[in-house]
Amino acid sequence: MLTQPEWQALILSAQVGLWATLVCLLPGIGCGWLLARKNFFAKPAFEALLFMPMVLPPTVPGYLLLVTFGSQGVAGQWLKTHFNIEFAFNWKGAVLASAIIAFPLMVQAAKLSVQMIDRRLEQAASTLGANPLKVWLTVTLPLMLPGILIGLIMVFSRSLGEFGATITFVGNIVGETRTLPLAIYSATHQINGDAMAIRLICISLGFAFFALLLSNILSRRAEKWLGVNRA
Amino acid sequence: MLDLDFSFQRDDFCLHICTKMDAPITGILGASGSGKSTLLAVIAGLLKPQQGRIELDGRTLFDAKTKTWIPPHQRRVGLVFQDGQLLPHLSVHNNLLYGYRNIAPEQRHFELLEVVKLLEIEHLLERKANALSGGEKQRVALGRAVLYSPSLLLLDEPLSSLDERLKNQILPFFLRIKAECKIPMIYVTHSPREIDFLADEQLTVHDGRMSDGQLQIK
Repeated sequence: MLTQPEWQALILSAQVGLWATLVCLLPGIGCGWLLARKNFFAKPAFEALLFMPMVLPPTVPGYLLLVTFGSQGVAGQWLKTHFNIEFAFNWKGAVLASAIIAFPLMVQAAKLSVQMIDRRLEQAASTLGANPLKVWLTVTLPLMLPGILIGLIMVFSRSLGEFGATITFVGNIVGETRTLPLAIYSATHQINGDAMAIRLICISLGFAFFALLLSNILSRRAEKWLGVNRA
Repeated sequence: MLDLDFSFQRDDFCLHICTKMDAPITGILGASGSGKSTLLAVIAGLLKPQQGRIELDGRTLFDAKTKTWIPPHQRRVGLVFQDGQLLPHLSVHNNLLYGYRNIAPEQRHFELLEVVKLLEIEHLLERKANALSGGEKQRVALGRAVLYSPSLLLLDEPLSSLDERLKNQILPFFLRIKAECKIPMIYVTHSPREIDFLADEQLTVHDGRMSDGQLQIK
């Protein structure tokens, strides 16, 4: 059975993962669609900026978040003064760190799903009297669904595994910011912490496997609903 | 009546059209790449010409001088694509009603049941698009366009992906639509046989060289 701190790490990880997934959902769909369908000034630079968290060492976005959203950061002070929201050293900061690291996965999945839509379907809808918003809501968005589902599960899974940015930005506080990977890290640095580390590693393996399995099942169901045949 | 006088240019391709069409079914013949589909896309509002004017029944759809541009969803011009382009996530029933639901009840000239019966697709209503054969898809696409009650129906090589047997099955449906629904149609194809069977007037896009091209009335 799991101990109290292990349960805390598990529940916190799920909470951070779900919130990070929610935070990434709409901006991810929007950015994916924008990159797939629109040409605008400095698009390559915008795309490079969006995908930077994927290639940077996670401690870099973590440090930048600390500098910006920390209690001494410009954005952090402004949010504290105007909305009484604090990110530094609490679970909301862990959500922000996870969302920023995982966001490119959502954008990439949404972008690919838009690119795979036959534009003539949207044109057919517009020649049947649907205005651009209705075309987007009744054709583009439903056809993006498998990609969106995959993106959401990838964001959730990536959030569960987020370590570098989280520990840099919000530290490793039991019950507040100590998610599964941080708990594993802590356990491996404790005397006699091996048993705890192994239990948490097994949970992580299970989480990762079932998240990917769920992603596969949901995308197959979505594709079936869309009438896509695949092997 | 459709009154066309426009120029459309994209890269090296240039389409100049100056003609009037007022037959119940106007057939447009031309080789592949000659600009037939581009012409339909311009009429439907999917492509915007650089110069000229397009009028349908006295209503200006495009005028470069006055910068008038009616977007496709406001033109009431139906378009049946080469491969039907049925929405894959919707049933045949919902595909058929997609355009029908986008217009006000007083603008609806046809009802689902009569069109379904006319095109003999009653048994397909609950199916998804990918569960239909090529001929069934085209009949559904035709029904969907008709239920939108368009002022003009554009047909972009609707039978080109079908074999001869299926073509022979579907062709009479176009005549039924002409007789029952009285919607003027522009039928684009590279098959003279289809044009001979259906069209009241025949036009040809010249030689695929649209820089000097124009429509010629036979």
